[in-house]
Amino acid sequence: MSEKIGKSNLDVFSETVIEMAGKDSDILVITSDSRGSGKLWPFAHRFPDRIIEVGIAEQNLVGIAAGLASTGKKVFAVSPASFLTARALEQIKNDVAYSDHPVTLVGISAGVSYGPLGSTHHSLHDFAALRAINNLDIVVPGDNYETREAVRAAADWDTPLYLRFGKRPAPHLGGDDDFQIGKARILKPGEDGKFIAIGETVVRALEATRILEESNLDCGVISVHSLKPLDIETLEKEARNSRALVTVEEHSVCGGLGEACAAFLSQAGVATPFKIVAIPDEYTVTGSQQEIFDHYGISAQGLAGTMLDLLEH
Amino acid sequence: MTDLELELKSVEYRKKILTAIKKAQAGHTGGSLSCVDILNVLYNRILRVSPETFTSPVRDRYIQSKGHSVEALYVLLADKGFIPESNLETLCRYHSDLVGHPTRKVPGIEQNTGALGHGLSVSVGIALAGKIDKRAYRVFTLLGDGELAEGSNWEACLAAAHFGLDNLTAIVDRNGLQITGLTDDVCRTDPLEDKFSAFGWTVKTVDGHNIRQLSETLRKVPFEIGKPNLLIANTTKGKGISFMEGDRSWHHGFPNDSQYERAIKELDDAYSLLTAGEGRD
Ligand SMILES: Cc1ncc(C[n+]2csc(CCOP(=O)(O)OP(=O)(O)O)c2C)c(N)n1
Ligand SMILES: [Mg+2]
Repeated sequence: MSEKIGKSNLDVFSETVIEMAGKDSDILVITSDSRGSGKLWPFAHRFPDRIIEVGIAEQNLVGIAAGLASTGKKVFAVSPASFLTARALEQIKNDVAYSDHPVTLVGISAGVSYGPLGSTHHSLHDFAALRAINNLDIVVPGDNYETREAVRAAADWDTPLYLRFGKRPAPHLGGDDDFQIGKARILKPGEDGKFIAIGETVVRALEATRILEESNLDCGVISVHSLKPLDIETLEKEARNSRALVTVEEHSVCGGLGEACAAFLSQAGVATPFKIVAIPDEYTVTGSQQEIFDHYGISAQGLAGTMLDLLEH
Repeated sequence: MTDLELELKSVEYRKKILTAIKKAQAGHTGGSLSCVDILNVLYNRILRVSPETFTSPVRDRYIQSKGHSVEALYVLLADKGFIPESNLETLCRYHSDLVGHPTRKVPGIEQNTGALGHGLSVSVGIALAGKIDKRAYRVFTLLGDGELAEGSNWEACLAAAHFGLDNLTAIVDRNGLQITGLTDDVCRTDPLEDKFSAFGWTVKTVDGHNIRQLSETLRKVPFEIGKPNLLIANTTKGKGISFMEGDRSWHHGFPNDSQYERAIKELDDAYSLLTAGEGRD
């Protein structure tokens, strides 16, 4: 059995921005030759005067977004996550976060969504880079429901926010009634181990729990979705009543969800066996998103194996 | 090689580009077809580099700033013997070195590109080192017209003139299109000649699909002593395939079976026309 596949989160992002923009004339979208990748053609047709195109110029994109936001506009700045968060990092840090202009930065085709286009197009650094910037929340929806709720919340979020989306059709994770930025969702309880996952990796953790059931192991899944602020209360509680914890993310092993959890839990004195599954610090293998995930063990089988090792160690 | 031989090569290159992209079901079709005649002239007539001299400190350097048109580059590298032709089949495959953007894992490639707006600065660095070391190599870089919206290009543009880098030649593949649509609608860069001239470059404009014009002009670098060179190549995105030309959807569109067959047929016809002595301008 597998999760019901929905639309891509980007499509839901686009629909929801249109819905919000219909109700709030302050909402603007700004793009850098990225409306196609951002699935924003429908927005452009519906609100031709409320989409601003700056061309292939991500630094300019973020600077202009900050300026627009400073006048009260509610700006969604949409660009591939790789370029948005690497190239325009200083604009994000100074013009948006430090100056406290509530821009919603939308990183599209994130992680290894661009697969074989290679490392220039991957964003495996964005969690690390952005976590270190004060006054910037980071939200990574895992399915259509989380996406819709996150985008609705973003429109009225009064501080800088980064939303990160992949581009594949997303499976439905279930439990559609409890989304709140900064509050992790327990998708599946489990007595034995727990997967702490984010974004497009959550579904793989859910699948892994089914494989583990075959070994009579009862494992749970937490969809973190908000990397910052991190829901440390839920994390600590869940960690304390688990025999093993595996974090899962579509990011470098350096500086992402896993390290954030490790830092928090060890300082809280939680000694549950712990393992980070992420993209290792190496030259990333060529392949589709799926192939890269499988290669690095971000697959149902790989995750089940990691959990099993940890539980049996 | 004669102009005609090169023109025939261009047709073959276009077929190989489409074949690789078809097989991978990925790639940047339009921009590869718009720049392939430029690469043809560079690799077959201008660049003093070969698989044997690729590690020589005095080789000419080519940096493809518009990295997404990597299929054209791979095809040229295969034709020049840097990589085996059979590698083209591995484009974008699991474990392949032939990633969808240039990387230095592939012999013949100088610089990893793919994020736009980097090649010109790197080229300034290489050209500057050539001046410092009094080496006679030249540096060529290829930019997209949409790419010119990246501010880093203009920083590099200032630097190149400031350092008097006449050993640097930037070529703009001016096909007038980017992903969203017309470059004029997305972020106007014209008048490009005036902008670069004002920045202290010597500018020449050619038909970017005309082998003879490209060759004659590129052979003249440096256009002026002490000034960087800009060659504006007016091109057509998707050049050579009637239903791809000027259509933005072919930026990263890839052909299905019937589109592929039609495209190959058009190229075969173009080849026959050329060998029949027709189709010359
Ligand atoms: C920094 C950066 N931003 C965005 C992109 C995504 N992108 C790839 S190609 C392209 C359009 C390029 O247009 P142009 O430079 O005119 O190239 P061409 O028409 O020759 O394909 C864009 C926006 C990128 N590769 N790098
Ligand atoms: Mg162009």
